[in-house]
Amino acid sequence: MIPLSWYLIFAACLFCVGLYGVMARKNAIAILMGVELMLNAVNVNLLAFWRYLWFTKVDGQVFVAIVLVAAAAEAVVGLALIISAYRRRNTVAAEEMDMLKG
Amino acid sequence: MTIQNLIWLIPLPPLLAFGIIVLFTNRWKSVSHSVALAGAGLSWLAGMVVFFRAVGVENLAENPLGSAIDWLPTGDTWLQIGVVIDPVSAVTLFFVAWTILMIFVYSIGYHNFGQPAGDHDHPGMPPHGATIREKKGGMHQVMSIEPMYSRFFALISLFAFAMYLLVVSDNLLALYIGWEIMGFCSYMLIGFWYGKISARNAAVKAFLTTRIGDVFMLLGLVGLYSATGSLNYRAALMNTELMEKLATTSSGVLGLSVAGLLGILIFIGVVGKSAQFPLHVWLPDAMEGPTPVSAMIHAATMVSAGVYLAIRVFPLVSAGWDGHALTPAMTVMAFIGSFTALFAATIALAQNDIKRVLAYSTISQLGYMIAALGVGSFVAATFHLVTHAFFKALLFLGSGSVIHGMEHGVLHTHDKVDPQDMFNMGGLKDKMPFTFWTFLIGGFALSGFPLITAGFWSKDEILSGSFNGGQILVFATLALSALLTAFYTMRQISLTFLGQPRTKAAEHASENKPVMTAPLVVLAVFAVSAGWVGIPKGFPLLGGLIPNWFHEFVGSMLHLEHEAEHGSVIPLLTSLVVALGGLLLGWLVYRNIPAGAKDPMEKLGILYKVFKYKYGIDELYQDVFIRPAVWISEVFSYKIVDKLILDGIIEGIGKAALGFGSALRKYFDLPVINKGLTDGSSMAVRKSGEAIRPVQSGRVQDYMLVAVALVVITGLVGYYLFGRGGM
Amino acid sequence: MSGLQIAFLLIGAITLFAAVITVSSRKIMHAALWLILALGAVAAVFATLEAGFFAAIQIAIYVGAIAILIIFAVMLTRRAMEDSGPQLNSTWPAALVISAGVLTGLVILLSSWGGFETRSMALPPTGENIAALGTALVDMNGYVVPFEVASLLLIAALVGAIFVASEPKGK
Repeated sequence: MIPLSWYLIFAACLFCVGLYGVMARKNAIAILMGVELMLNAVNVNLLAFWRYLWFTKVDGQVFVAIVLVAAAAEAVVGLALIISAYRRRNTVAAEEMDMLKG
Repeated sequence: MTIQNLIWLIPLPPLLAFGIIVLFTNRWKSVSHSVALAGAGLSWLAGMVVFFRAVGVENLAENPLGSAIDWLPTGDTWLQIGVVIDPVSAVTLFFVAWTILMIFVYSIGYHNFGQPAGDHDHPGMPPHGATIREKKGGMHQVMSIEPMYSRFFALISLFAFAMYLLVVSDNLLALYIGWEIMGFCSYMLIGFWYGKISARNAAVKAFLTTRIGDVFMLLGLVGLYSATGSLNYRAALMNTELMEKLATTSSGVLGLSVAGLLGILIFIGVVGKSAQFPLHVWLPDAMEGPTPVSAMIHAATMVSAGVYLAIRVFPLVSAGWDGHALTPAMTVMAFIGSFTALFAATIALAQNDIKRVLAYSTISQLGYMIAALGVGSFVAATFHLVTHAFFKALLFLGSGSVIHGMEHGVLHTHDKVDPQDMFNMGGLKDKMPFTFWTFLIGGFALSGFPLITAGFWSKDEILSGSFNGGQILVFATLALSALLTAFYTMRQISLTFLGQPRTKAAEHASENKPVMTAPLVVLAVFAVSAGWVGIPKGFPLLGGLIPNWFHEFVGSMLHLEHEAEHGSVIPLLTSLVVALGGLLLGWLVYRNIPAGAKDPMEKLGILYKVFKYKYGIDELYQDVFIRPAVWISEVFSYKIVDKLILDGIIEGIGKAALGFGSALRKYFDLPVINKGLTDGSSMAVRKSGEAIRPVQSGRVQDYMLVAVALVVITGLVGYYLFGRGGM
Repeated sequence: MSGLQIAFLLIGAITLFAAVITVSSRKIMHAALWLILALGAVAAVFATLEAGFFAAIQIAIYVGAIAILIIFAVMLTRRAMEDSGPQLNSTWPAALVISAGVLTGLVILLSSWGGFETRSMALPPTGENIAALGTALVDMNGYVVPFEVASLLLIAALVGAIFVASEPKGK
């Protein structure tokens, strides 16, 4: 019914919105939100491929599960880092964390 | 040891003495003079042994004692060096050995051995006297010992070595070696008191003047070697066929034969060494040296070496002489010899310094000998050489004794007069008897006092040789100079010894120690007796009583076909008249000159001035030769060529290099290399680094931006290049 | 156009709309709430893919945990960002361009792929086999290693987060 292409394009769009959010937002938490969007787009993509091509196997599902777990862990750690950085520097703007500036 | 080996050893002891004194015993005066005396004594002993052996040899001229060794390889042959004792060298050896030994002994006393060191004596200046405090208080001055005592003995030992070497050698090259060493020693000894500028100048003058003669002599030697292939006396000079050949070959120079040209060239060396006109100017100035040096140089050794050489090359000079017309070389010799004899005698008339008179008289007597050779009187010249050595050495040592006594008087009375000026002396015959009598004997010998002095016999030989040979002009010149010789000799003796003391110093002069007077006595004995071996056969009364041994001995050297016969009595009468007349005249004029009086010679007016002024020759040489030479070296060579041009070029190059280097630095190195390349590259790197720096903003989002952009671009590029036809 | 297609289009639009507002909202709290909506819509997408298990997991984890976390973090960092002033940094045009470029690239890439227009297959009678998924995750010949690694990752994240975010206490 629904061609695979729709899901793929949908996932691509979602991914690019997330990419834009990562690259263009000042607030570090907003960047993290963009990252979550990207990961979700990946998940959609993976599940679409599983459903349409490899339905009989569970490999796609396992992959999605692991991505999910990784996304969760990463969000947790990221937020912890943001809070720690906020405590030190009193800012959450990603721009202002440029101690590695050359 | 064989007699040949002994001959080789004759020159050696003084050389060893020189080495020992210079290296080891310089500090100990008595050891030095003992070493020197031992050297001279050993050579004397060896010389006597050789001499007496040589006179016993039958026909020594044909079979001389001697030996030779190969020395320098010259292609297929060897240049040999050796010793030879033939009649000429035997008699020369005799008088050289005696005079050298006497001078050495005399020098010990002359340089005041045993006296205290002077108050303010420096090495390089003559000693000035020491002050001795007497036990009762008060001081008086005495003569002080020469500070450079050992150096003196070292140098005269070297001098003795050179003379012995010259005498015993058998070829002209070894003779030349001894000749040059003597030239060096005379330089060192004339300038012995090097602190005095007059002594230094005199030494340089002596050396350079003799050097001029030596250059021509060397040319002659080289020419002789190339013409004959040898410098050996027997092989080259005594070889009559060879000499004939040289006499007939033309040399192309001034129309002379080869023999004539070579003879004149070598003769010029003699002119330099024996102080003949025009190279005589060094000898009077050489009186700056101590008196033993004057005796040695001007009587015993050096000037005699010149005449010895002339005697040796007589075969060359007289090659082609047929007994009547003199060869061109002989004419030159006769002219220069007789001219010099007269010339020097006139100058001696007007000299006041006791040593100067003797210096000019030496020049004059050497002129006699050269003139004798020039007219062909070979034997007479040799005879006069021997007798002259004895009485001239005696006279010089005697004058030294006089000066020594006068210096003692000067120190004693603090009367600061020149102890060498005869017009400050007088009446010394009572104060210094030994000196007086020996000096008188020597002076009479010089003047040719008849019969009892050696000088008479030898001078008579020369005069008769020139007369009988037909050279009347030479005869007249020599006779006139004999008159003048007698006159100035008596002038000297009268002023010095006779009359009353003219100064306080002369009053207090005293006789010297035996170490100084004994040599005088020994030489006086020879001055009297040396003539008796040469009494000619044709002499009235005495002739024939004692055989004319000298004539036989030395005359055998040449095959004397041309020796003139003793015919007329005119030469004999002439020599008697001039000798006795001159002595009488001198005594009459000078016996009673009071203190402060003028010299009676001044009555000659302008002539006196010319004589006293030595004819202005020194000044002429100064203006004509010395000043231009000094100008060339100081102004032209040094200032202009060296400093201005050469240094200018070098400095110019230096400046140019410097300028080039600076320009290179300023216009190329700094802007291009430094700024452009090195600074520029570092600047470029820095600027580019700074330009790229903002890339590292530290902001993560910017990094991500760039990364994703690049992915996009890569993807596009890759897609279009590779993936067009489907994935 | 079947009903499923229309439903998908609707859900897709909602997701994209919510996502866009998330990344462009001025106020961070609004952005967080819109994120929750986006995540929920993605869960609905999962459901259309007949991956019901993951739809549930999505809601549970993402919405239930991560979004809450984000809101906590927003509140904890309140004072810093007063939600005034530009929320976009200076390079946002470049970001926009690049994102568009990526999108374009992806689309072109995908469209040139042969299997782009695949139609869905029929589901097997058993439907999605969750039991098989569970078995596969612990099967020795299956995916036990990634499973265990994932759990390790969680432990590490847990410990790390606690440590990083703890107050500096005399250290």
